Amino acid sequence: MQIEFTHKQSAHCENGVVSNLMRHNGFEVSEPMVFGIGSGLLFCYIPFLKVNHAPVVTYRAMPGFIFNRFAKRVGIKIKREKFSSPESAKSRLDENLAKNNPVGLQVGVYNLLYFPDEYRFHFNAHNLVVYGKENENYLISDPVMEQVTTLTEKQLEKVRFAKGAFAPKGHIYYPTAFPEKLELKSAIIKGIKQTCREMTAPFPIVGTNGIKTISKLIRKWPKKKGAKVANHYLGQIVRMQEEIGTGGGGFRYIYAAFLQEASQVLGNEKLKELSKEMTKIGDDWRDFALNASRIYKNRSPETDAYNKVADELEAIANSEAAFFKKLKKAI
Amino acid sequence: MKKEEVPQDKGLLDSAQTKELTYAVDENGEYTTELSSGWDPKTIALSNAIKGIEERVATAKKRVLNNETSPIEYYMELHKMDLPILSSYVGLWQWRVKRHFKPKVFQKLNQKTLQKYADVFEISIEELKHIS
Repeated sequence: MQIEFTHKQSAHCENGVVSNLMRHNGFEVSEPMVFGIGSGLLFCYIPFLKVNHAPVVTYRAMPGFIFNRFAKRVGIKIKREKFSSPESAKSRLDENLAKNNPVGLQVGVYNLLYFPDEYRFHFNAHNLVVYGKENENYLISDPVMEQVTTLTEKQLEKVRFAKGAFAPKGHIYYPTAFPEKLELKSAIIKGIKQTCREMTAPFPIVGTNGIKTISKLIRKWPKKKGAKVANHYLGQIVRMQEEIGTGGGGFRYIYAAFLQEASQVLGNEKLKELSKEMTKIGDDWRDFALNASRIYKNRSPETDAYNKVADELEAIANSEAAFFKKLKKAI
Repeated sequence: MKKEEVPQDKGLLDSAQTKELTYAVDENGEYTTELSSGWDPKTIALSNAIKGIEERVATAKKRVLNNETSPIEYYMELHKMDLPILSSYVGLWQWRVKRHFKPKVFQKLNQKTLQKYADVFEISIEELKHIS
């Protein structure tokens, strides 16, 4: 049994699943549109939590938030379910496939065998689409992969019931009701407003203030933690920023693409200019990653090098603070 | 980032025969997507992280052989886990898992508990007891 489903690769898994499921239901919505309307862009430093023995920063909204906000803003309804037993999770999946309904699943990455070993970490907020079943194998459209793939029943059960932070618990989701026409204009404005609000929030760990906090920490790390740990921490920041799914520059390029598309939908020339500015900020993030990598490449750098990348981050924080003020005024 | 500047360094995705999608600007200033095979700054970051894990595994192994910790800690590191992740997989409190790291406590674990750990690591109890 195979559902007619078009796999289109995307940068980020959640946007990609939403965009592909929307297309399947007859609505062409690009990945940047989903990301922008769902207010996906963010910066947040999460103190007291460590992943892979390093502090956690995120460049995007919490898993699941993007689709929820997107759905609410354009007027579609989604159904989400979690399960306590693998059997009921499997039967619900099979029911949907029998009804010709491709579904989104939240899965853990560690046991996704089609990923290269180096990418298999205990990260539980990955998303993919199941669009059919053939000889006990599920047909998988993983948005970050170029091609579609398959998983056996056992393999799929394992990734659906991965444990740890954000455990998916068999999480399954799919859109159930659509309006006649998507409310793009008002949705875009709501999406942008929320992103501006969050990025300029007056808390030291969120948005541009969060970037400043990290920049201060980077200055302290080499003395406080030693070069080895400081490098490990710095490496983790770069990985969160540039790893698969970000589309480059910690999602800033996807956001710039969204602003460009939004300027056409809204007929707002200012957004086009701001898109260019966001691209420039994305380039700054790339430069930061490049310079940071020079530090952790040779393992015993001078403290001065850390100060330099910290300066770069501070400059980025300042330009983003100015940027989101302008963006708020532009809409 | 311009489309022609999208890095095509050798990355770690080769083995999966895939490339990742990035967003870039074409010659007319319009956004488009381009596949990237990899970018050195992040490949180095990832390789360093992997190296860090390998070091942790090696240290844990040495400590098991010196009878300073139990093989559970070694297998935990081998599976890129930490205490919260392992405890949620075996379904035991963190303090209990941590206690099982003590060689003396590990020696006295019953078959049922050992089997829980063996299942999580997908090995036999024999392999759990004697690391190679």
